[in-house]
Amino acid sequence: MSLPTARALRRHRSGTAPRRRPIAYLYLAPALLAYTAFVALPWLHTIWLSLFTWDGVTLGTWAGLGNYRQVLSDPTMLAALEHALGFVLFFALLPVAVGLLLAAVTGGRGGRRYRVARTVLFLPQVVPLVAVGVVWRWMYAQDGTVNQALRAVGLGSLTRAWLGDFTWAYVAVGAVGTWVMTGLCLVVFQAGIQKIDTSLYEAARLDGAGPVQEFRAVTLPGLRAEIRVALTVTVIAALAGFDVVYVTTGGGPGNSTVVPGVLIYRLAFTDGQVGAACALAVALSTLICLVVLAISRLTREKP
Amino acid sequence: MRGPDLAGLAGPVVMTVFSLAVLIPFASLLLAALNPPGTVVSGLSWPAHPTLRTFGAAWSAAGFGTLLRNSAVVVLGVVPLALFCATLAGFAFATMEFRGRGALFAFLLLGLTLPYEAAVVPLYYDLRDLGLTDTPLALVLALVGLFMPFGAFWMRQQFLALPAELVEAAALDGAGSWTVLWRVLVPCCRPALTTLGLLYTLWGWNQFLLALVLIQDPAKRTAPAGLGFFVGAHSVDVPMLAAATLIVITPVLLLHLFFQRHFLSGMLAGAVKG
Repeated sequence: MSLPTARALRRHRSGTAPRRRPIAYLYLAPALLAYTAFVALPWLHTIWLSLFTWDGVTLGTWAGLGNYRQVLSDPTMLAALEHALGFVLFFALLPVAVGLLLAAVTGGRGGRRYRVARTVLFLPQVVPLVAVGVVWRWMYAQDGTVNQALRAVGLGSLTRAWLGDFTWAYVAVGAVGTWVMTGLCLVVFQAGIQKIDTSLYEAARLDGAGPVQEFRAVTLPGLRAEIRVALTVTVIAALAGFDVVYVTTGGGPGNSTVVPGVLIYRLAFTDGQVGAACALAVALSTLICLVVLAISRLTREKP
Repeated sequence: MRGPDLAGLAGPVVMTVFSLAVLIPFASLLLAALNPPGTVVSGLSWPAHPTLRTFGAAWSAAGFGTLLRNSAVVVLGVVPLALFCATLAGFAFATMEFRGRGALFAFLLLGLTLPYEAAVVPLYYDLRDLGLTDTPLALVLALVGLFMPFGAFWMRQQFLALPAELVEAAALDGAGSWTVLWRVLVPCCRPALTTLGLLYTLWGWNQFLLALVLIQDPAKRTAPAGLGFFVGAHSVDVPMLAAATLIVITPVLLLHLFFQRHFLSGMLAGAVKG
């Protein structure tokens, strides 16, 4: 995100000369105090705690970077980080790709007309993710709707208790992410396509562009801002997810669906490994910041 | 591909298919909830003995009267406070010149990317030392802090979109900044404030991890956290689980249906301008 100063400065210069207003700090104080006290400082405190071995009760001992070595060597920690990265495919890449394709096919028309459909597509965004988790626990159960559908199309041999299956639980949880995010992406892209100047499409067609070239030359560049936002939001949801995994599998079976959010919670509040939990939290924050930076680089306006 | 006939057909088909994909899980849930407690339900099917009894059973088993009230207390605490703080901050960022503005704004926006799992562990211990855990106040304060980055950003956008002359004219009339904000700018931004308030309501109601960690006393839990525990206690009773889930999501569903225009525009505009 770009810094806001340029525009406001210009605005100021058009009027009187820029005048420093110390009263601004008073207006900022409540927001900054709340944010600093309950978000920023705890986060710094996380970094500090990550340097200790502490069970949350007795006195902690200095551990230096020991907890970070654990993050990078412990199989469960590594599995959690790997699973989070893998969820990027399910929560971000698939929904964005499907959303783009379908928005291009429906040509933004879906956006203006289908108010009911848009309301429905937003439902997974509106209900608490805990509820989404409960819904899909039931969908994936042995007697659930997923197996019922498989039997109905003659694939009865594939039925299983999806969330209890070492191989399939991860894919099943990932698919919930796809279910939650695809509608959002589709609606965002449809709204974006409506804002693209139709004369660009006409020009492309006059130049003899086919649908694929038109998509690459007009639609994709026109949706740059929307793609960036959709990717950022969905990637953060993929990496920082907690609710859905906690409710559907709790990280199991074994550790086959464990993600950093669940592991941090487990380490800090049930296993008494607060330092390790904090080190994992710092690693996760770093990972997310890097990925978000990479996204904004990749989708930046080309000069 | 964008030819009128094909696209004209593709739109309804795509929207219908995706709507069904969203609705089928909810329909399964609703039908399952219409079975008596303890029934073994099989997929998406019409209940053999439809009844609303399960809702009552789930209501009393999970203590939803208390859970919903606790959630309402949190939301009613968070939303006005967060709106007030976000409005003030957005106003300063949009209309005033001061040292460190860019840095402070960047500091705030950092909160949009940081996962709150990363802050929740020390937050629990810090608030426990203050004796605030197991009170709604803990959740309210944490959520207000968490909501500031988006809120300040959103309000700043709204104020910047207003003509600068509005502020200047009022200032020439001798109005102080406080008067300008509440008498001139805020009335112009009412729809945006409503949208932000609705988003805050939704996020506050749906918050799970913070509610789980900061409030561990069963009598003070919020509805989503209560649902989380209910899942553990009744994991095989599908009708009960389904009914409990529907009880928890009904308030946000109603909010969404009544204010869908705000949610759509808020989530689209708010997100895309970022």
